[in-house]
Amino acid sequence: MQKFKETAMKFVFAAAACISIIFVVLICYFLFSGGLPAIGKIGVGEFLLGKQWKPANQLFGIFPMIIGSIYVTAGALLVGVPLGVLTAVYLAKFCPKPLYKALNPAISLMAGIPSVIYGFFGLVVMVPFVRNILGVGSGKSMLTASLLLGIMILPTIIRVSESAIKAVPKSYYEGALALGATPERGMFFTVLPAAKSGVTAGVILGLGRAVGETMAVIMVAGNQAMLPESLADGVRTLTANVVLEMGYAEGLHREALIATAAVLFVFILIINLLLSLVKRRQKT
Amino acid sequence: MNTSLTAVKRDYFSIAMKVLIRAASALTSFLILYIVGFIFLKGIPNLNVGLFQWEYTSENVSLMPALINTILMTAISMTFAVPIGIFTAIFLAEYAKRGNKFVKFIRMAAETLSGIPSIVYGIFGMVFFVIALGWRYSLLAGALTMAIMILPLIMRTTEEALLSVPDAYREGSYGLGAGKLRTVFSISLPAAVPGILGGVILAIGRVVGETAALIYTAGTLARVAQSPMDSARTLSVHLFRLSGEALHINEAYATAVVLILLVLVINALSALIARKISRF
Repeated sequence: MQKFKETAMKFVFAAAACISIIFVVLICYFLFSGGLPAIGKIGVGEFLLGKQWKPANQLFGIFPMIIGSIYVTAGALLVGVPLGVLTAVYLAKFCPKPLYKALNPAISLMAGIPSVIYGFFGLVVMVPFVRNILGVGSGKSMLTASLLLGIMILPTIIRVSESAIKAVPKSYYEGALALGATPERGMFFTVLPAAKSGVTAGVILGLGRAVGETMAVIMVAGNQAMLPESLADGVRTLTANVVLEMGYAEGLHREALIATAAVLFVFILIINLLLSLVKRRQKT
Repeated sequence: MNTSLTAVKRDYFSIAMKVLIRAASALTSFLILYIVGFIFLKGIPNLNVGLFQWEYTSENVSLMPALINTILMTAISMTFAVPIGIFTAIFLAEYAKRGNKFVKFIRMAAETLSGIPSIVYGIFGMVFFVIALGWRYSLLAGALTMAIMILPLIMRTTEEALLSVPDAYREGSYGLGAGKLRTVFSISLPAAVPGILGGVILAIGRVVGETAALIYTAGTLARVAQSPMDSARTLSVHLFRLSGEALHINEAYATAVVLILLVLVINALSALIARKISRF
């Protein structure tokens, strides 16, 4: 009896473990079976490289949205990476202990704030701010979205970079100091290069978050389905495209939106692959 | 400092970096304070009784139904995700042999799941639960979508907690004649409870803050769900809706305060538990 119970529970545990595999398969199946027929009907080239997204005229080109996602994400990295890595350096090495005790929970809070709150803050504070600075347009622009996303990916980059810097053996830093380096030179020429792969992993995680962010972007980006020509132009990302139109889309339009989600999914898979490559290098 | 080292002081790179590091940290701290402070300052004066009425109307835009739905949503998604996550972690930490192919697959699946953006979960939930299974926009469809989303988080934290239980505990248990199952449930799991709880609370935080995955699975009906098959908007979705209406900007500030407070409490709880663990 006891023996039976042991074996039975072992199977229950193994079955539970299968569930995450099952759902990965289901997600892949439903996204691709829902989206690929639409891509087939529209044509791969027309869908991925078409510059016109006009569902009313049966024009489904998501190129502006792909470019939009890339621009906004690049902007977010330009803001978030220097700010995040420098803050991580401060937290890991130069921050006095009492200050650390205050900053640490603040960063955790920043990571925990829901994206809709960031979006709301962006809408009521950053949009008017950008409108005043640029002096043109409504303030809902690529610049606003990039700035907001840059702030949102900060906690991810800070956390991962900080632990990577802390994992570098102390002797590296001390050795540099002993050779006459200033604390800053020791940090940037010995410790940071040693923590490179960990910091890269943090940046890639931030990249994934920026590409996948939806609600905050919708609220500040303007969402025009056109190729943006300047920072002041509105921009629509892949994520925004799905959320904005899914509510009323039907037929081919709906399938095209599911296909948009599938394209986004493929982007994320590629980013994940990059991440695991970086992590593997970290281990060796 | 010795005078022979004054050359170091004139190193422009170091001076520039010293300033930049501090400026960046100050800016980051300022941003956190500004975001939270701004919403509190604008929102607290706008908190009023109308926001906490049991019924939502387009005049009072009460957040109460959304708050109750959030609790329901969290409870249902946890009911599914916690046991499955813990069982998977038990399998990985206590049963699986290292280097097993099956284990590699599970880890790959979990890593994939944890990288998927919430809107992709939302579309999957819509296509699978709402349309293919015919559940329509419902609390249950939303909660199950959430459950899949937080599964990797619960799995990972539980597995880490189980792995940090010293092997001596297990050996002691075997030595006294207990079987594997008994050892897992009466020795390993109780010792890992604080770690597991920390993960569960983080997961609760994610459900409370989620919007994109819920709009097209649980829908946006602003009423307390009467059954799991009812459409139900949570607090985050409610805030998203309000912020789109220029008329209710003051109520949106107040709703944001309630949402931030909720997240703050959840954060404080998980910090408290984390401190308990590190005391071991």
